[in-house]
Amino acid sequence: MRQFPLWKSILSIAIVLISILYSLPTLMGGVPSWWPGWLPAKTVYRGLDLQGGLYLLLHVETEKAVEQAAENLVDETRLALRKGKFRYQSIKREGRDGVDLKLPADVAKAEVITLLKEEFRTAVIEETADGARVRLAAKEVTELKKFAVDQSIQTIRSRIDQFGVSEPSLQKQGEERILLQLPGLNDPARAKTLIGRTARLEFKLVDEKGDLSAALAGNIPADDQLLYEERGGKKGQPVTKQPLLLKKRTNLTGDLLTDARVNFDQFGEALVSITFNHQGARKFAQLTGEHVGERMAIVLDDKVYSAPVLREKIEGGRAQITGNFSMEDAHDLAIVLRAGALPAPVTVLEERTVGPTLGSDSIRQGVLSSIIGGALVILFMGIYYKGLGWLANIAVVFNVFIVLAVLAGMQAALTLPGIAGVVLLIGIAVDANVLIIERIREELRLGKSPFAAIDQGYDKAFLTILDSHVTTLSTALILFQFGTGPVRGFAVTLIIGIVSSLFTSITLTRMMLYYILRNRRVQKLSL
Amino acid sequence: MELISSKLNIDFVGFRRWAYLISLITLLISLVFLFGKGLNFGLDFSGGAVMQLRFPGAAPIAEIRTALGHIGLGAAVIQEFGSPEEILIRLHQDPDAKEQEASKVAQKIIDTVSPLATNGKVELRRVEFVGPQVGRELTINGIWAVVYSWLAILLYVGIRFEFRFAFGAVLSLVHDVFITLGFFAVTQKEFTLVVVAAVLTVIGYSINDTIVVFDRIRDETKRLRQQPLSVVINESVNRTLSRTIITALTVVLVLIALIFFGGEVIHDFALTLLLGIVVGTWSSIYVASPFVLEWERWHPSKPAS
Repeated sequence: MRQFPLWKSILSIAIVLISILYSLPTLMGGVPSWWPGWLPAKTVYRGLDLQGGLYLLLHVETEKAVEQAAENLVDETRLALRKGKFRYQSIKREGRDGVDLKLPADVAKAEVITLLKEEFRTAVIEETADGARVRLAAKEVTELKKFAVDQSIQTIRSRIDQFGVSEPSLQKQGEERILLQLPGLNDPARAKTLIGRTARLEFKLVDEKGDLSAALAGNIPADDQLLYEERGGKKGQPVTKQPLLLKKRTNLTGDLLTDARVNFDQFGEALVSITFNHQGARKFAQLTGEHVGERMAIVLDDKVYSAPVLREKIEGGRAQITGNFSMEDAHDLAIVLRAGALPAPVTVLEERTVGPTLGSDSIRQGVLSSIIGGALVILFMGIYYKGLGWLANIAVVFNVFIVLAVLAGMQAALTLPGIAGVVLLIGIAVDANVLIIERIREELRLGKSPFAAIDQGYDKAFLTILDSHVTTLSTALILFQFGTGPVRGFAVTLIIGIVSSLFTSITLTRMMLYYILRNRRVQKLSL
Repeated sequence: MELISSKLNIDFVGFRRWAYLISLITLLISLVFLFGKGLNFGLDFSGGAVMQLRFPGAAPIAEIRTALGHIGLGAAVIQEFGSPEEILIRLHQDPDAKEQEASKVAQKIIDTVSPLATNGKVELRRVEFVGPQVGRELTINGIWAVVYSWLAILLYVGIRFEFRFAFGAVLSLVHDVFITLGFFAVTQKEFTLVVVAAVLTVIGYSINDTIVVFDRIRDETKRLRQQPLSVVINESVNRTLSRTIITALTVVLVLIALIFFGGEVIHDFALTLLLGIVVGTWSSIYVASPFVLEWERWHPSKPAS
């Protein structure tokens, strides 16, 4: 039999020992107290389907952020015209990203355009038949969209952090998507509401002169909007919806908040008290001072929470949001207000929630079937191929160690299909060994000596094993590229397993054979 | 121990025309069902929502159905899942419904069915919601994954062997994929993302099998230089048959464990693989290698002596 180089032996043994060390924490189900600190302590990270949790794919409606910017442009255009002392017929948003300005015939169009060009250097200004059009530049739109997604990620992250989820994962996917994975949640529905809420807080004046009944009939004044205030709904009370006619113009938004906390009123009802920053406090004081006697609505995501009458100018920048909150509602509302509003609404494209008990059931079933499947294979190999079969079995077991070790080391997620992948891997690893043993058998039949048969068997099987592993590896890589979630987990275990199977079948068994047989005079191989 | 005698010499090549017929008929049935009845696409591809609930005792399916009918969810499909305590509620994509509503619908369902459990709490085991857009993307990705795996194999086998081998290998994979899909069309079992993973694994297994035979053909061509290709192929298939059977057997052992003990999700995965392994083994013997032979007849690689 050919020499087995010493460096190869040392390397192989090192790989095996390191793998065992890295897989032990997982196999023991955690690190015991005597485990020295310098040893690896990471266990395999379980995917969401195994530990339970929430998987969310969100779409950020970036067009809405663009629309919002165009709305702001409308206000700015109005201000600019007022500053330049020009009269205008109408200013309104046109399309997603533009403002349409209509001027009376006697106003000098050219002068207005010069003014607008000076005022909005980045925007595109065009002349129209009866006025002008201001449009956001394409570059600005792209940036707005990008900013909306990045800002959404930040805001959602800060909401989750305050909610208290361990190991959340938040990734941008493509241009407008966010992939969110929250393992081990107790109340996924609540977390989802918290994440998906736009949380746009607005203060708007109630249009006291407006005709509410006409508005309800569909005849809403141009500068007004109809929103509803929900009351009741707690302790079995029926929910009533109170319509309110509000001025469209937003006087103050939640951007200027510095803090939001849960508090209680004199009856012990939960409420959220908010504190404005310096600028916000000034605006708030001015707003409340100018409209004493009128009602001001506190609107969150187009829902009126309350519309108290302003009794006096409110200084100090503090306000309260009441609305029949449960403790949880108030707590979550305070979180979203502190974290800030999403720059654009988000919609759920895909959601997967796994309850914690389903996860642990899956692990139990996965582990049980792996052990039974593995045991059947090991028994079969041992009986069918005897000595060499048992050698192959050792290789297969080491293969599982290596996969666990790499998974733990890389902290790649092990999913339920991933466990199936481990089991399939046992099949692949066994196949490589079967190829070798069958080849050795053939060589023996041709009358070769045991040692020569071993050398020849390994040599001839090598290319076959390499070819078959590379092709299987290529399908696994494609699976990884195209798969999502759990399927990806399957691909990961398969990829690691195929590579380690090459090592265990070709190098490891060979080494073991060499050290077992080298000082003996073997007449007959056990296979 | 030896299950397959080393002296075995089955005339695989001689049987190949019958094998073609069997393959063709199976393929035809598969295609007829695939295009006639179509696949029963699961949530991942069709979009919609699925909820898995566990009741403290046996789930009162009939009552649940009535209760859901009362809240306008009569179209929901309700079925037992794995055990009598667990049910699966399937809601198909409502094009008018807003996508965010899925979780609200889930909550509504729980509130509705909870009173039906008299001796404990209804537990929400799983909620899955896939929007129509994502469903389409997953379908397209699945198709691409299969097509790319064929291309990758065509390329690798073409380079490592010859392109006639590569075409034979890919043809056998196309055969495997369509028959596996055909099985799902015939049985109308739910076709999920996990099944796609299984199909790709079948491709991996089948190509592995094919490569082993091809490799042997390459070897034997050197040894039996004077013999016609049909003899070489027969010899190669016979010599590798022992390995083919033993490997298939070990994988089947594992799959049986998965089918019986792996739980619902793994069950379909393992069943697909089981079928795929039978088909894949068949195709490496009767599709891939004979293709090389037929190719040789039409385009002889060396002048006939």
